[in-house]
Amino acid sequence: MGVLTNNLTLFRDGFATTLQLFLYSAVLSLLLGTFLAMLRVSPVPVFRAIGTTYVTVVRNSPLTLVFGFFVFAYPYLEIIKFDFFTSAIVALTLYTSAFICEVVRSGINTVPVGQAEASRALGLTFPQMLGSVVLPQALRSVVPPLVSTLIALLKNTTIAAGFSVSEAGAIRDSLSEQGANMLLGLTWIAFGFVVLVIPLTLLQRVLEKRWSVAR
Amino acid sequence: MTAASTPPMIRMAGVDKFFGPLHVLKDVQLEVPKGQVVVVLGPSGSGKSTLCRAINRLEPIDSGTIEIDGQPLPAEGKELAQLRADVGMVFQSFNLFAHKSIVDNVMLAPVKVRKTPAAEARKSAMALLERVGIANQADKFPAQLSGGQQQRAAIARALAMRPKVMLFDEPTSALDPEMVQEVLDVMTTLAKEGMTMLVVTHEMGFARKAANRVIFMSDGEIVEDSTPEEFFSAPKSNRAKDFLGKILTH
Ligand SMILES: Nc1ncnc2c1ncn2[C@@H]1O[C@H](COP(=O)(O)OP(=O)(O)OP(=O)(O)O)[C@@H](O)[C@H]1O
Ligand SMILES: [Mg+2]
Repeated sequence: MGVLTNNLTLFRDGFATTLQLFLYSAVLSLLLGTFLAMLRVSPVPVFRAIGTTYVTVVRNSPLTLVFGFFVFAYPYLEIIKFDFFTSAIVALTLYTSAFICEVVRSGINTVPVGQAEASRALGLTFPQMLGSVVLPQALRSVVPPLVSTLIALLKNTTIAAGFSVSEAGAIRDSLSEQGANMLLGLTWIAFGFVVLVIPLTLLQRVLEKRWSVAR
Repeated sequence: MTAASTPPMIRMAGVDKFFGPLHVLKDVQLEVPKGQVVVVLGPSGSGKSTLCRAINRLEPIDSGTIEIDGQPLPAEGKELAQLRADVGMVFQSFNLFAHKSIVDNVMLAPVKVRKTPAAEARKSAMALLERVGIANQADKFPAQLSGGQQQRAAIARALAMRPKVMLFDEPTSALDPEMVQEVLDVMTTLAKEGMTMLVVTHEMGFARKAANRVIFMSDGEIVEDSTPEEFFSAPKSNRAKDFLGKILTH
């Protein structure tokens, strides 16, 4: 208990940063990932190629490499300067959205083709069809893998510690400098992540329940 | 207006369609004047669905022209979407939007495509559901309805766009026998009200009662084109005689 009570601010600030990294990246990856999925099912070949290339490149790169690119290499391009926190969000978003894209795309594939045909026959344009008919049904069918991807994102935020962002993954360094009990310290950190994951799991249950009635 | 100044509602000229090596529509010529009810008959695989789906370009054709109310079908895009909004389509498998309530199914296209205010669209949707006899099901989801109710909802959904013409592709084939009549009744009323309709169906009762014209297809060709009385009492081609022999003994 001592490790936690002696370092309350350290833990609190660390997990607050983790939560922020997670929330920003989660929202942005869901948006970018869904957009990429739309590109991948688009009737326009160029759009499909862009989506496929993105997913292939990003999904096959280690996350630390994506981080390294944004923190160390990207500044040389001298476009817009990001602080470490923003760079971390950008890196996490770019990486996670490739996975979200594939989850959403697999969801789109579960929607019967008749749904798209009925939309087209009614005069809906391709974006209207995706937005009002196909995506809502696709997302409903992929809640569990979507939440798994978000849980992976939550854990991946700890990579940011290696790139000068003091999130929960960085607590360990401060503790070891103090010579604190590492077994206890790491246990508390793990516990913190479990606490953060619980709401996600609950969200998954609620959505699955609500949407199973609607079908 | 003279006949010359009103184009046919549907005009197909020299239409060919291939699925790979398979020649599914062979030089199809068809004109459907406004207000006419055409029943399309033919054995399985003769190209009835393809014909129906070509008319609103759900199935693009390889050569020939198709015009709706004098307007050639544009390429895929906004313009085609606008044209499709005027062509109602009813599918064998209903294809109601599974995640939306019945009334929302009916409202969706008027709101999204016609930009009708939601309150107004809901009112018209309820009136249409009333007309097809399922107003009391408005807030249920498609999966909670019987097949006959779902198909009537699908007809209401198509009518909500105030289409100029309605296409039906075997609207009663997926229904239990006891539900066929309720759907045919809605279609018969629609025909009496003057809607231009092209109906792929094997329901002879409907063809006799509601159709002005019967088209018989075989192997991608229109083999016969006559009135229901003529077709059922005195089919000209052997293929039609064969076909009628088979379905009438069922
Ligand atoms: N998407 C497709 N790809 C390849 N071949 C197809 C496709 N759709 C239909 N066909 C073939 O084209 C021919 C005509 O099919 P179509 O569905 O128009 O026939 P149909 O008269 O509606 O038959 P049914 O009474 O069984 O519905 C058939 O031989 C069918 O196998
Ligand atoms: Mg068919």
